[in-house]
Amino acid sequence: MTDAYVVGVDMIKFGRFPEKTVPQIGSEAILMALDDCGLTIHDMQALYCGNLGQASGMVGQRILHEIGQTGIAVVNVANACATGATAFREAWASVKAGLYDCVLAVGVEQMGRGLLGGAGGGSGISKEGLLGSGTMPAVFAEAGMEHANKYGTTFEQFAKVSVKNHHHSTMNSKAMYQIETPLETVMNSEMISYPNTKLMCSVNVDGSAAAVICSEKKTKELGLMSRAIKVRASILTSDPWQERDLVMPDVNSCTRRAAKEAYEMAGLGAEDIDLIELHDCFATAEILHYDNLGLCEDGGAGRLIDDGDVELGGRIPVNVSGGLLSKGHPLGATGIANIYEVSTHLRGEAGGRQVEGARIGLTHVIGLGSACGIHILEKVS
Amino acid sequence: MSDQPLPVVDYMKIPEDGDPYLEGHKCGKCDAIFLGERSICSKCGTRDQMGTMKLSSQGNLYSYAIVHRSFPGIEVPYISAVVDLDDGATLKGNLINVEPDPEKIEFGMPIEVIFDDALGRKDRDGNSYLSYFFQPRA
Repeated sequence: MTDAYVVGVDMIKFGRFPEKTVPQIGSEAILMALDDCGLTIHDMQALYCGNLGQASGMVGQRILHEIGQTGIAVVNVANACATGATAFREAWASVKAGLYDCVLAVGVEQMGRGLLGGAGGGSGISKEGLLGSGTMPAVFAEAGMEHANKYGTTFEQFAKVSVKNHHHSTMNSKAMYQIETPLETVMNSEMISYPNTKLMCSVNVDGSAAAVICSEKKTKELGLMSRAIKVRASILTSDPWQERDLVMPDVNSCTRRAAKEAYEMAGLGAEDIDLIELHDCFATAEILHYDNLGLCEDGGAGRLIDDGDVELGGRIPVNVSGGLLSKGHPLGATGIANIYEVSTHLRGEAGGRQVEGARIGLTHVIGLGSACGIHILEKVS
Repeated sequence: MSDQPLPVVDYMKIPEDGDPYLEGHKCGKCDAIFLGERSICSKCGTRDQMGTMKLSSQGNLYSYAIVHRSFPGIEVPYISAVVDLDDGATLKGNLINVEPDPEKIEFGMPIEVIFDDALGRKDRDGNSYLSYFFQPRA
């Protein structure tokens, strides 16, 4: 099988664009990704489009109605917060399989404000606040407190994740926010679901990100190898059976399984990774994934944040983009936005937040329900 | 409209001549326990080997969140708790009769399942519901 390369990739600055349509928002990122590699929509053989909010709305085709109806195959993808990563992976798979040699993946989302989730549905009465909470901040608070139960992880350690990611995003002009949030500010902001305060919850934003993926032969033919990013691993998992998963959506075992398979596919270990963009939908979640991705021994996550290992300049910087907590989390776009971030570092083009000498990076997303997508990317030259 | 309260979930049983209880469905092959009726085990894939069991009314606190912001109309704060029952099942529900303060909540604390009216909530036909709650075990 051929290797597959990201030859063009970009994202729009995340924000709130109620005056635009979803296809318009998605089109912007595609045009930027095409410009990044000097190609046009006429060079694209297929489009893999990730969007959650209008999953039945043929968003990919509507994007082509905006930027060029070339008649190519369009696949619309929905997979909760792993939607963008899934679209990217489908695009990657089509190139790996030799079906196409130049394809597009886009992730796009237009979000409302407020809480996501909610317990129970169907007939009868609302179960929210009666049989616990199904709001996302509470669900991820419970996942974090499971870690606290097992390893003694503290509220302060969870809060430090938010301090770090907000700090990182001050160096990222495409992030929703560029503001420092000191520890006291994070811990004293409005409590949403203990231990997640408001500043420890990801930001609902609108956004899009896109990538052009080519086969090795095509990348060479186009003369695009010098800035190309090799996809060393692409893995998608669902949640294997766990004894508590009827009441606790499981983000751990699907991540562990995906990480193991991704490291195997790449022939690498966690120690070989230079930077990571992982799914910090809540500050509690980021802590879990230090363990899940093998950045430390199980239970070592609290120490990792205390010691600064995961900051820019540390042993293994995590979410130097600002993460979902500060860059923002447009659900369907997130999985490609993190591929943009890692690619930008591998190309040495990340400016003030550049992870020096980065050669290999990892992206991770979780869609609750559950899906986990992991990609390992490598600088070519 | 029913003149008796209805069960809040389909795995709650209210016998005519006895106390309410929660029902689990256990796989006869691998012993995995599920809430709600089903015929196939999602742990091992075995078909038609599910048996019903009365779930224990005792367990221990495994994890929790203290919910300060919920949807409009939902009274806060409250403790959303995950409890491991003594028989191996896990339930989620409100933990009551404990202050919603992390200092007052201990992992592993002994819990009992109790049954009470569903906070006055009624469905659109005016039916009342019986719910379950967790409280510390004396």
